[in-house]
Amino acid sequence: MIEIVAWLIPVPPLLAFGLIILFTNRSNRLSHVIGIGGMLIAWALAMSTFFYAVSGGELPVTTDVQWLPTGDTSLNIGTWIDPLTAVTLFFVAWTMLAIFVYSVGYHNFGKAGDSKDRPGLPPHAGGIEPMYARFFAFISLFAFGMLALVVTDNLLVLFVGWEIMGFCSYLLIGFWYGKDSAKAAMVKAFMTTRVGDVFMLLGLAYLYTLTGTLTYSEILFNPETLEMLATTPSVLGAGTSAAALIALLFFIGTVGKSAQWPLHTWLPDAMEGPTPVSAMIHAAAMVSAGIYLILRIFPLITAGWHHGDPLTEIMVIISFVGAFTALFASTLAVGQNDIKRVLAYSTISQLGYMVAAVGIGAFVAAAFHLITHAFFKALLFLGSGSVIHGVEHGAHESGDHINPNDMTHMGGLRKKMPLTFWTFLIGGLTLSGFPIITAGFWSKDEILAEAFGTSHLAIFVVLALAALITAFYTGRQITMTFLGKARSKAAEHAHESTWTMTVPLVVLAFFSVVIGWAGVPKGFPVLSSFVPNWVHEFVDSTLLEHSEVLEFNPVPLIVSVGVALGGLLVGFLMYRKLEAGAPDPLARLGRVYVWIQNKYYFDELYDFLFVRPAYWFAETFVYRGIDRRVIDGFLHWVASLAGRLGGWLRNKIDIPIVNGSGDFVGEGIKTAGREGRVIQTGRIQTYLIAGVIFVGALLSYIFFLL
Amino acid sequence: MTGPQIIFLAVGAVTLIAAIMVVTVPRLVHAGLWLILALAGIAVLFILLDNGFLAVIQVAIYIDAIAILIIIGVMLTRTAMSDTARQINRMWLGAAFACLVIMAGLLAIVSQAPTATAGLLVEDQVSMEALGRVLVDVDGFILPFEVASVLLVAALVGAILVAMTPARGD
Amino acid sequence: MVPLSWFLILAAAIFSVGLFGVLARRNAIAILMGIELMLNAVNLNLLAFWRYLWSDSLTGVVFIMIVLAVAAAEVAVGLALIISIYRRRSTVVVEEIDLLKW
Repeated sequence: MIEIVAWLIPVPPLLAFGLIILFTNRSNRLSHVIGIGGMLIAWALAMSTFFYAVSGGELPVTTDVQWLPTGDTSLNIGTWIDPLTAVTLFFVAWTMLAIFVYSVGYHNFGKAGDSKDRPGLPPHAGGIEPMYARFFAFISLFAFGMLALVVTDNLLVLFVGWEIMGFCSYLLIGFWYGKDSAKAAMVKAFMTTRVGDVFMLLGLAYLYTLTGTLTYSEILFNPETLEMLATTPSVLGAGTSAAALIALLFFIGTVGKSAQWPLHTWLPDAMEGPTPVSAMIHAAAMVSAGIYLILRIFPLITAGWHHGDPLTEIMVIISFVGAFTALFASTLAVGQNDIKRVLAYSTISQLGYMVAAVGIGAFVAAAFHLITHAFFKALLFLGSGSVIHGVEHGAHESGDHINPNDMTHMGGLRKKMPLTFWTFLIGGLTLSGFPIITAGFWSKDEILAEAFGTSHLAIFVVLALAALITAFYTGRQITMTFLGKARSKAAEHAHESTWTMTVPLVVLAFFSVVIGWAGVPKGFPVLSSFVPNWVHEFVDSTLLEHSEVLEFNPVPLIVSVGVALGGLLVGFLMYRKLEAGAPDPLARLGRVYVWIQNKYYFDELYDFLFVRPAYWFAETFVYRGIDRRVIDGFLHWVASLAGRLGGWLRNKIDIPIVNGSGDFVGEGIKTAGREGRVIQTGRIQTYLIAGVIFVGALLSYIFFLL
Repeated sequence: MTGPQIIFLAVGAVTLIAAIMVVTVPRLVHAGLWLILALAGIAVLFILLDNGFLAVIQVAIYIDAIAILIIIGVMLTRTAMSDTARQINRMWLGAAFACLVIMAGLLAIVSQAPTATAGLLVEDQVSMEALGRVLVDVDGFILPFEVASVLLVAALVGAILVAMTPARGD
Repeated sequence: MVPLSWFLILAAAIFSVGLFGVLARRNAIAILMGIELMLNAVNLNLLAFWRYLWSDSLTGVVFIMIVLAVAAAEVAVGLALIISIYRRRSTVVVEEIDLLKW
């Protein structure tokens, strides 16, 4: 039973996509009903799978069908339900469902369409989105991609789901394709993740070459295969094992998809898309897929490594990239004034946490943070969307047309949008790791504890620093947006959003608080005696080699509590008195602030290094040089050759020979006739003479010869 | 050489010479007269062949009718070609050759035929009465007789029609 | 008696002479005379054969009579034709009566 359910989970969103695209594109109500309906069915199936898994069902649950015969063997595809899959399904289903419902209100369903609205541009404040049905089709396809990626049992289908999501992110980031900035952003997102995907494909191919299969059960959970991969030297020569190289290639895929440094530049620009899209991509699905991947291939990354050993090179690379990204992105978040961009950099930073956790071998911590992050980041994004809507409406009403995303024009929204405020506050506190009551505290603390407990102090310090800055910018964001006085007329006239937008916020806030309590570490004072570390036990059973539970150490706990509260406080204090038009207090940092605001000029660097040479190559070299000169030149030459050949054939062969022979026949007959008609003299005597001679000859022949 | 043979040779020579004259003489009226002589010679030869009836017929029809008609025709068309104009056409050599060929052929055939027997005795079944009867006898030659008469009528009508001057509008 | 072959030879000679007249004379009436000679030669031939071989039956005589009649008719019609042509084209020279040439 559960096997069939596992197969069916990705199907309803796919059907919804097909139905909306083909049939119900005109009807907005029908489209969102089908879209949400599809997601609801998938949610129900996912939840039933989750409950099966947590209630002691036999795991892993696998099914397999032969799909691509390749000689004697065949490539199989199928489903794989193990604890990691189960918890991923849990958060994916809930967050996606919340986003689907939220989209109804975000795109102003039920409001009249403004006749000045055109498809491809965001609607004027309060009007329904012109491409409403299309949006639901796209996010349904996106949901399909993510769910397929999660339930599959082999890396090929994972890659397929990965690419589907990449494509959908392209479509959705550029949903408002009328805006030039959106067009640039969609291409940038696709191209940057593509760089990662190419390396991932190389990893897939290399893996397949070495093992002949891509199924989890045969690679990741097969000790012999892992042993073989760990000991085989890779094509790069001695020193690196095949497993390390494959893991590195896959990791580069994650770097692209989860926007780690250096492939992070696409994610802030991806804020051009509608807010549900940002939530989907940056919380629920796409970036989570990157982390899911490295969690999946954790056995490959840690092939040949055991707990307590020094880290292998690949793990060093991973943890370094993760930690660096965490710190790097958090510093960038500090300088942003756009409410969504702060969250974007925050996502990059938190993903860095998870990557670093995987790098140091803390599988469970990374998975736990993935789950909590999905909930609170989705919550924060959807909350920001609600804020933007409110400010937009206020701008429309008051006639004060400001950029609704800009936090410097907000303030005092606590009174105007209370539900949004409280849920956003919960999300922000979770992000900062506010102690005890928020889930973020538990998951972030676990990572810090792992880092400290396994003596990776450099990682620990960097991550703690990042946590401090995270708390700071979160405090800054909440203060600037909701507290203090309204800094613009638009903010004064803002109002709360509809229930379709606020109910998902409440649901996500609930989970943001509650989930954490399922992962209380062992040995935690007081609380651990009430609640076992269910997350650790459950998720850890995914791996073949179970990790040891660390001894409880108060140092990381104190550090994380300290940085969380401290950061929040500093942020609050610095920004609560911010006046409209006043410069950002951080501007006192001078040069550094400028650098931060310009994102350390990474975009300019990439443009110079990669984009412009690519354009030059395409335009000048390939197009003008090869295409026009060589290929077209060749074609023109062939054409002229054909022309000349045709002319020669006509003049030398066709006219003299063909026409000539025809004419010859005609002329010949005419000449023969002209010569021959002389016989007809008209004189009887001539005929008679001829007749007589002929008769004589005939008779002589008859009488003398016969 | 018996009597009939001598007569035959003489008459034959005359006929032949007359024939040759017919075709070579430039003046047409003279040619007509020579034709009459040739026809007369033929009539004598008919008598030699014990067929006096046909000899009379020959004289009556050929000489009295046909030859006279021809001479009248010559006189009617005299202005068209004078007797001093060329009478033999340019192909006479070819014609002569053809005639010689025919002659030679006929002679060859004649010499081949095993019929050089001397004459047979005449029998009395050939009489005028018998001839008259057989011409109208149903088991005899009534059909050729009648057809010949039809032919004569047709020729008569046709000749009149052809030679008639264009209608005078009556 | 006169041998049959003499008659036949004579008839052949007259026939050839007549033939020469037909083929070589320019005047249409002269041609007609030649035709008459040819017909007479044929008559002579027929009579000779009748006399020497089948003198007991009258078939030969009747044949000759028919030929005679036909010859007469033919002369009449021929002369009529010649007169008619003379009337229209004012010529009796057969070389000039060549409308059917190319």
